[in-house]
Amino acid sequence: MDVRLSPEQIALRDSAAQVAGRLGLHAVADLDETERAAKLDAAVSASGWRELRAESDAGGPWASAVEVAVVAEELGRGLADTAFLGPTLAADLRRLAGLPPATAPETVLLTSGLGEVAEVVDGLVPADAVAVDARGAATALVPVLVSGAGGRRLGEVALGGDAAGVDLTRPASQPGSSRTVTIFETGTPLDDEAVTRWRSLGLAVACADLVGVMRGALNLAADYARERKQYGVPIGSFQAVQHLLADALVLMEGSRSIALHAAWAVDAVSSREAAAAAAAAKAYCARAARSVCETAIQVHGGIGNTWECLAHVFLRRALLSSDVFGGVGVNLERVLVAHGVGGTDGLR
Amino acid sequence: MDFGDSPDEGAFRLRLREWLAANNPGLPPSSTADEYWAGQAAWHQTLYVAGFFGLSWPVEAGGHGLPSVYEVILDEELIAAGAPPRPSVGYLVQGLLEHGNADVRQRFLPGLVSGRDRWCQGFSEPDAGSDLASLRTRAVREGSEYVITGHKVWTSYSDQADWCLVLARTHPDAPKHRGISAFVVPMRQAAIEQRPLTMINGITREFGEVIFDGARVDAANMIGEPGEGWRLAMTIVSHEREPGELGYVGRYGKLVKELAQIVRGRPADFGAEQRRDLAWAMVEAEMLRCHVSRRLSDRLDGITHGPEGSVDKLLMTWTEQSVGHAALAIGGIAPAAVQDDTWLRVYLYSRAQSVMGGTSQIQRNLIAARILEMPTA
Repeated sequence: MDVRLSPEQIALRDSAAQVAGRLGLHAVADLDETERAAKLDAAVSASGWRELRAESDAGGPWASAVEVAVVAEELGRGLADTAFLGPTLAADLRRLAGLPPATAPETVLLTSGLGEVAEVVDGLVPADAVAVDARGAATALVPVLVSGAGGRRLGEVALGGDAAGVDLTRPASQPGSSRTVTIFETGTPLDDEAVTRWRSLGLAVACADLVGVMRGALNLAADYARERKQYGVPIGSFQAVQHLLADALVLMEGSRSIALHAAWAVDAVSSREAAAAAAAAKAYCARAARSVCETAIQVHGGIGNTWECLAHVFLRRALLSSDVFGGVGVNLERVLVAHGVGGTDGLR
Repeated sequence: MDFGDSPDEGAFRLRLREWLAANNPGLPPSSTADEYWAGQAAWHQTLYVAGFFGLSWPVEAGGHGLPSVYEVILDEELIAAGAPPRPSVGYLVQGLLEHGNADVRQRFLPGLVSGRDRWCQGFSEPDAGSDLASLRTRAVREGSEYVITGHKVWTSYSDQADWCLVLARTHPDAPKHRGISAFVVPMRQAAIEQRPLTMINGITREFGEVIFDGARVDAANMIGEPGEGWRLAMTIVSHEREPGELGYVGRYGKLVKELAQIVRGRPADFGAEQRRDLAWAMVEAEMLRCHVSRRLSDRLDGITHGPEGSVDKLLMTWTEQSVGHAALAIGGIAPAAVQDDTWLRVYLYSRAQSVMGGTSQIQRNLIAARILEMPTA
């Protein structure tokens, strides 16, 4: 056991931090700077980070979920308004299904509440299905249950273009008007275990994003508390403010520990154990992230409740990541099931 | 980054697992009954004799010199076996290792680590709680000895202790942080009176107050130089805040497992709210296990004594108190005296965690000042 990042992982983290720091958001108005956003997108495209889960020459993904989490955390911290979670999950699906890498940007299609993959009925996806983190994507992948196929086959659906959503940095999209799923003829079916492991990856990446968002929101609030003066002194000198920030830091550190473990588990242990690790991490990180982002708003006082303060951009990003593959309640239920005290054991 | 076992770690884990299968003493949940504390001393020695205690401490100290992360393997296997957690003496060991001279380390560490000698810690006083540096217990030199007079309180295990690590003022005219020295004082002497305190959950064997009325200690039992007691105190309290030193991952894992067994056995008796409390306890306990793995990994190249202990203390406290809430939800309040109140005791004990070893408020002050670098008023 050595859960420190390796030198390679530290180099990856530093390079993601550098890109997100240089080209991510520093003010709400930056959201309108299309030139900056294009540069960010180009830098992330050139980095190959979205293809970390694609099939490598040696077989298996190019990188473990830990590397993916390392990048996701930094992109979350820097409020990088570029796609990562969606394309990463799509690349992993393609690899699991034995399909060649995508030739154009794509993402994945979830239910309207983001808790599960969208259910396909009679070859159609529901009109309210959501293509998450869909910036630039014209299509979304969805694993489809096909009778007699020995599992789920991968399908794709055309998207109707970016639509605004809760997260100002990662717009969602919805299925185009036809809603028709095209099943890939080639490749191998995805069994339940593969889908479970893939979902664990999604949960782990969302957790890493939440850890990054917490770091970013906490830094923002701590900087403000050091500068903002009332009664002639910085508000950060008041214990009432200090204790809010201290609790936020502790929640962030606890989240980081459990999120790292979930990321490691994706590729290192059985799919059941990985799912349990991911569920525990998601419940913890989702609750913590909301609290930390709310603290960031509170510490900013009046300005924190205005559109121009970045604090709500962190909160909004946290709300989206929290709901990807289920938020607190669903994942607490999964934790109980993993400990043998859930659903089928006769519990209400 | 790897939470998994190396081949050596895996072999150790198997050896430990086999031993535990035959040597679990089956004590009640921690800190719920006097019976627990009575059995805990024997458990310490049993673990030590079998070669499973003091894993990461130096061989000279009676430890095994293994990498720090072996401690979390021990915690995990204790949970899996349903065995009691490892004894919580790590903070004393770290304090003596860091500040004791060769003579002190040689004389005291092996007995502390093996469990042959029982220790307590005389830091807090009736008028020196969070403001520890205002302590008034005095130590006056007389020949080759010091004579100690004062009143210590919240002294865990004082009733069983052979030795007490006492902070006492040796330089009354020095600034308050600089006039304190630390001594290892023998508890078995007439000039020391030990009075047990009954905690809110009813146990009497853990908590006490100690009156030093001219107690004597050899000057060679001073830890560090005269006036350096504050530094030692800060090293000790920083580690006293670390679940990795206390072995509390094992403590919470065991409690959660036992609560889950209750729910599994009588599923119809528990509703959504109780299950939710249990689920949070599971999540918090898992978080703490992961967090301790991370902290102990950070020590693979050597230990540092920094402010991170305050972060760990709050995580540990939130874990203990969520386990406490699950215990209350599932075990109930035992409204009649004939009913088993084990889980009520677990809940009531959990309230101490946000006070002992430095209150949660003090941890937040330390985090704000030393990690977040907030300005001072």
